[in-house]
Amino acid sequence: MQTAAKPELSEVWHWLSQVPDPEIPVISLTDLGIIRDVEWQDDTLVVTVTPTYSGCPATTVINLDIEAALRGHGIDKLRLERRLSPPWTTDWISEEGREKLRAYGIAPPVDGTAADGRLAGRISRLAGTSNLVIACPRCGSTATEKISQFGSTPCKASYRCTDCLEPFDYFKCI
Amino acid sequence: MATATPAVDQAAFFEWLCRMGDNCLILGHRVSEWCGHSPVLEEDIALANTALDLIGQTQLWLGLAGDVEGKGRSADALAYLRDAAQFRNALLVERPNGDFGNTLMRQFLFDAWHMEMLRALQGSTDARVAEIAAKAAKEVAYHLERSADLVIRLGDGTEESHARMQKALDTLWPYTGELFQSDAVDQAMVAAGIAPKLEDLKAAWDRSIAEVLAEATLSVPGTSFQHKGGKTGRHTEALGFILADMQFLQRAYPGGTW
Repeated sequence: MQTAAKPELSEVWHWLSQVPDPEIPVISLTDLGIIRDVEWQDDTLVVTVTPTYSGCPATTVINLDIEAALRGHGIDKLRLERRLSPPWTTDWISEEGREKLRAYGIAPPVDGTAADGRLAGRISRLAGTSNLVIACPRCGSTATEKISQFGSTPCKASYRCTDCLEPFDYFKCI
Repeated sequence: MATATPAVDQAAFFEWLCRMGDNCLILGHRVSEWCGHSPVLEEDIALANTALDLIGQTQLWLGLAGDVEGKGRSADALAYLRDAAQFRNALLVERPNGDFGNTLMRQFLFDAWHMEMLRALQGSTDARVAEIAAKAAKEVAYHLERSADLVIRLGDGTEESHARMQKALDTLWPYTGELFQSDAVDQAMVAAGIAPKLEDLKAAWDRSIAEVLAEATLSVPGTSFQHKGGKTGRHTEALGFILADMQFLQRAYPGGTW
């Protein structure tokens, strides 16, 4: 019995780039930057995935979707591995992914603005004079305000545009 | 990646990991009790997301605890099939929610400790501990910013909100001392380079607390009495009620999955 040819890894990456994120289906798993590695170990394909937030309920669904997609392309021997380190950062979201988010109505993350737990910057944030500028994904205005640091999924915060009055999600930095 | 720490007593390491995991689990469960009951929708979502992060971190800590113990217990088995005396969380996190202000004060007192602990743990000699800490620290930074903001808003708010926040602080303060008291388990972790000395976290915690409380126009209680016992399994009656709720399904339908 002959062993089926192993698909090129570039082909596997291409397949994974067509698997949508279950909660934000407009971007793919590779846009999100959570696929950390793809390699053949003998005749087993090993896909290494990192979680976005440790408690994100989409993680299980993501693993199932990866498995279903790759099996659909004829991969029989498959193993998924979790990698925590280095921890996922929104810096890994692709440029293309950011544009897709914006077009979908989610303001993409502004790199380098992750919370660091230091409380010193708190006064300016409370006073509303934070220098974090989030543009409204609908009208482009930068006259926006934070409603809550948390939103409809663990990765998002809630904002409101004070020009067009649209409430929107902001993909917050971690 | 280091996967074994032969120099450290594995039983003590397991105990210590249960303390980390149980703090997240019990606080996560407590915070989740607010789901659907918060004063406003945004806060409901924020509380639910905070609970979710903590439960996610629980899976990492208790998952590692199960690996270290080596008896085949999963994070779920540890969460659902231990009784109160086997839980190792600090008493602070099992305190009842009370009103919204009390919940946020408890969160702030814990977050400020959690942040310092996770910062230090990123330098752990055990790579598995360091990577969980690095992951969790990013999430906890958001928890701390939010709880600090709300303590200030409510403390420096109306007469009513100020009075409630001061009462919450007075009630919860005697449960904070336990977070900084080392015992033999903690000392073994320090000796192995796995965890920081708890007493060493106190100065940074004091600074965060003083800064935020001053801005919130709240006064640190004068009382010096501090409760302890949670981390060695001596709990308040509150924990039993939490477990009765949290563990009901696995008690009634052992091994049930869906």
